[in-house]
Amino acid sequence: MSEESRRIQKISAHSGPVPGAGAARELKVAKLIDVTTCIGCKACEVACQEWNDLPFADTTFQNNHQTMPDTAWNYWTLITMDEVQKPDGSMNWLLRKDGCMHCAEPGCLAACPAEGAIVQYANGIVDFNHELCIGCQYCTIGCPFNIPKFNPQSKKVFKCTLCTDRVEQGLEPACIKSCPTGCLQFGSKEDMLHVAGERAAQLRDHSGFPDAGVYDPPGVGGTGVIYVLHDVNTPEAYGGLPKEPRIPRAVWLWKQPLKWLGNAAMLGGILGMAAHYFLFGPKPEPVETKAQNRNRHEDPLA
Amino acid sequence: MTNSWTDIANTDVMLIMGANPAENHPCGFKWALEAKRKRNARIIVVDPRFTRTAATADFHVPIRAGSDMVFVGGLIRYAIANNLYAHEYVTHYSNAAFLVHPDFQLPEDGVFSGFQEVTSDYDRTTWSYQTRPDGTVITDASMQHPHCVFQLLRRHYSRYTPEMVEQVTGVPIPLFLRVADEFLGIRKHGDMKRTGTLIYSLGWTHHSTGTQIIRSGAMLQLLLGNMGRPGGGVNALRGHSNVQGATDLAITWDSLPGYLKQPTASDGSFEAWMKRTTPAVLKPEETQSLNYWANTPRFAVSLMKSLYGPAATKENGWAYDYIPKPPDGRAWWGLSQEMIQGKVQGMICFGMNVLGLMAGAHRTQAALGHLDWLAVCEIFPDETSEFWCAPGIRAHEIQTTVYRLPGVGFAEKSGTTVNSARMLQWKDAAAPPPGDARIDQEILAQLFLRVRDLYIQEGGKFPEPILNLTWDYKIADKPSSEELARELNGRALAEATDESGKRSVAAGKQVPDFTWLRDDGSTACACWIYSGSWTEDGAQTKRRNTDDPSGLGIFPNWAWAWPLNRRVLYNRASCDPAGKPWDPKRASLWWSEKDGRWLGPDVPDFKVTSPPRDKMGPFIMNAEGLGRFFAPGALMLDGPFPEHYEPIEGPIANPLHPGRSTNPLGKKIETPFDRFGKPSEGFTAVAFTMRMTEHYHFWTKNNPANVQLVPEPFAEIGEDMARDLGISGGDFIRITSARGYHICRAMVTKRLRPLKVAGKVVYQVGIPFNWGFRGIAEDAGKTSRTLINHITPTSYDINTRTPEYKSFLVKVEKARGLRS
Repeated sequence: MSEESRRIQKISAHSGPVPGAGAARELKVAKLIDVTTCIGCKACEVACQEWNDLPFADTTFQNNHQTMPDTAWNYWTLITMDEVQKPDGSMNWLLRKDGCMHCAEPGCLAACPAEGAIVQYANGIVDFNHELCIGCQYCTIGCPFNIPKFNPQSKKVFKCTLCTDRVEQGLEPACIKSCPTGCLQFGSKEDMLHVAGERAAQLRDHSGFPDAGVYDPPGVGGTGVIYVLHDVNTPEAYGGLPKEPRIPRAVWLWKQPLKWLGNAAMLGGILGMAAHYFLFGPKPEPVETKAQNRNRHEDPLA
Repeated sequence: MTNSWTDIANTDVMLIMGANPAENHPCGFKWALEAKRKRNARIIVVDPRFTRTAATADFHVPIRAGSDMVFVGGLIRYAIANNLYAHEYVTHYSNAAFLVHPDFQLPEDGVFSGFQEVTSDYDRTTWSYQTRPDGTVITDASMQHPHCVFQLLRRHYSRYTPEMVEQVTGVPIPLFLRVADEFLGIRKHGDMKRTGTLIYSLGWTHHSTGTQIIRSGAMLQLLLGNMGRPGGGVNALRGHSNVQGATDLAITWDSLPGYLKQPTASDGSFEAWMKRTTPAVLKPEETQSLNYWANTPRFAVSLMKSLYGPAATKENGWAYDYIPKPPDGRAWWGLSQEMIQGKVQGMICFGMNVLGLMAGAHRTQAALGHLDWLAVCEIFPDETSEFWCAPGIRAHEIQTTVYRLPGVGFAEKSGTTVNSARMLQWKDAAAPPPGDARIDQEILAQLFLRVRDLYIQEGGKFPEPILNLTWDYKIADKPSSEELARELNGRALAEATDESGKRSVAAGKQVPDFTWLRDDGSTACACWIYSGSWTEDGAQTKRRNTDDPSGLGIFPNWAWAWPLNRRVLYNRASCDPAGKPWDPKRASLWWSEKDGRWLGPDVPDFKVTSPPRDKMGPFIMNAEGLGRFFAPGALMLDGPFPEHYEPIEGPIANPLHPGRSTNPLGKKIETPFDRFGKPSEGFTAVAFTMRMTEHYHFWTKNNPANVQLVPEPFAEIGEDMARDLGISGGDFIRITSARGYHICRAMVTKRLRPLKVAGKVVYQVGIPFNWGFRGIAEDAGKTSRTLINHITPTSYDINTRTPEYKSFLVKVEKARGLRS
């Protein structure tokens, strides 16, 4: 990987052609997560925090071994742990590394109104540019995987970068580096699909998992993070992995056919506001509301 | 481990009992998963809890804690009854054909022959082989004689039926039969190609019958012909980093480096000590026995020369008088008793948080409180150095002076760590010691040199052992890890030649390996099993070559494994009696008639020139040369065969012999702190301690990265139990035993289910041991401050003195007055 891998192919809220697009086909990268050999050791969770200089979290007891209920702005990858009783009475404990899926058609990027705040590189990595992020949180609505998380202090949204800074130097992401069992692998999307397919076939043929398969959902154009699941028909059992993820229809409508309506509404709003100002003058802000706002923003881990 | 971590990838089936390697040995566990990916190997997990190891397994068998011996015994019975054992292997490589003393009695009524009620001990006369006047053992090759080991084995285990397994362990018969089919199935139709490995850890060790549980496992593997073979073996996963090194170097009360037995006061002389601890060959007429421990005097003399140099002479019994002779039982139990009695006034506690670690924390607190002084070397403020502020202690009543010495962490010192696979791997320090911290040997050197100065200046009783101790480091108060490692390897004190007389080593040079050690004082070696690790060719422990030409995971040039860089112990047994590998596709060793020696990718664990026709036994560390189903004499204090006894605190009377429920030798210790509870007193749930991947001992509660992963002490309880007791997940619970209580959060889980044991429903509670009263959350007042060891029992295994952490009785209730 080199600078080439950071060549931008899509830009949020950008009209007109993408600079340099279509010049050469770059290799798509992918992370493979074989949940059937994940031991839930959480090495990836801590490696992610340490590489990305994220502050440690102030967690509370969860009544299970999962670190916290969901990923957080400072906790980009999380092993979800679901205890499942099978029909024959035996147990399974589904351990899945959750985090950004790096969709080929990213809902976050589609929903983002700030030009350049979300980009997709030619290697498939979806990354946030925090200097351009306006903190509107539309991306959190656009993501079908509930991944981007808002930091109320900095008023920016954060998520896994697939360690794009490492990948551009030819290194694997930090989580991959830390994985002791090899359940995490990193390479070209093509290679990872091949490895995943073989492992799924082994699970079907030799390990008694007739429904084992590869999770690479077409609803978002496939993903840069793919899973091998014991049962590909029930991804929801793995900490709520959506079965058929799609960009929410509202986001799609808003950003595509109805964009003119939004622009018109915004223009109307500005005109109305100007008219109101000239007709009635400015409105003083009540003191209580200010205090309430401040309290809400001080929630340390929201 | 008899085998190695990398060797697990060679196996066909893994039986994991009393261990949770996915959580506690995550890096090593990759090789188990590799066996799954590469060979479609099966993983069977037998554990009270559905663990993260179970999450990767082919199936999980919930079992009642403290009953594993019956489960393994059931497998042994099933293998014999259904002809699923390795006939040729057992015939040639074990003592199955040996005849036993005709008066020997099996423990059908709960005790073996020779039990003395008065002393609660055995007269072990009948625990012996029948011998001829020339000392050779009488055998019956047909193995039909009623007194032969095989028939005794069959009779002994005939009581361990699937029904008995279900009754004692709570494992339903169909599930037990499934394990039998999977694990013993490797020997179906007489097949000898496949191998199974047995993986265990502290879940087997921490019982009043721990040694015998492990022995049952070893016997099962012997019966199946899995010992010595790639993908086989009995694989002990050592508790934490470098505990293997600690036992190798005798950081225990009952041994000297390299597993030499400690001299006792009754020995009286070096010769008597050697006579007692050097085994004599004990074999049938028709076989050979190398009896490698016959070399004990060479290793012992070399150790004494290493310790005392010129002061150790043949005339003074190699300075035999200098070596301490601790009384029997000088484990923590005896030591703490002597503290309470005021006989021991001071203690240096080095790299061991004894208050956190030892069962019976009230007893430990009392012992520490009786000391005049206590010095603790640690990297964090720990419970031991602050025992005077433990919950329930009145600090103003404690008169002990405590000194805290700042040690360093593993990444701040160079040196070797020995992993479970007996592999010595050198590492360089990653960072300098912080602040005033010093590496271990510098602290010890300063202490020693000051004590020695006092002896020089003031004299004292018996100063010789101190004054004559070898101390020839370049910088006396800063011995380097390199110097110490070289000392462990050993060197020639006079020019030495090897047994062939062709090669020689000049005086002062490192010896190539322990075959060069002599009992005439011409060699010095601090730990004979490490001899070969740092030779004139350099530090073998620093080698990092990743080539594996055989594909068997041997990696012969990666670091160095004791003994002699051998990766699988007893590997002669990987071949049939004619010297051909049982499985040619996994050949680690074979006899080459042309070369007149054993060849192969692994280092032979055998006399390399002994041809198969000589019938030398493959188990060269045993006096018999053969694997033991029957352990004669006092090898095992509580029986030549393993017999199941209930934990000292058990939920049921032992169905095998209700009148003799617990280990007749499982001694209870008598201080006011050693109390034991019964189900009739309300202690009905079976509790056990456990560890987890997120925390390391009592250290990581000081590290925010770990604390965020699991912030608080908790106990796992099943959903049914929680419903019965009106407990919800996250509630504070109080777990009470006859000795005290522990407060923590309830983790209510599907992964622990009630078992039906001897007609009773038994609930189990799993409690992690990683918290105390010092740490990030503790200091912030966010957690309870009780220690798990406030409730654990002070009963222990008579063979090892290991506490019974893994099965005791408690009652559980919602903690009143605490807000969840």
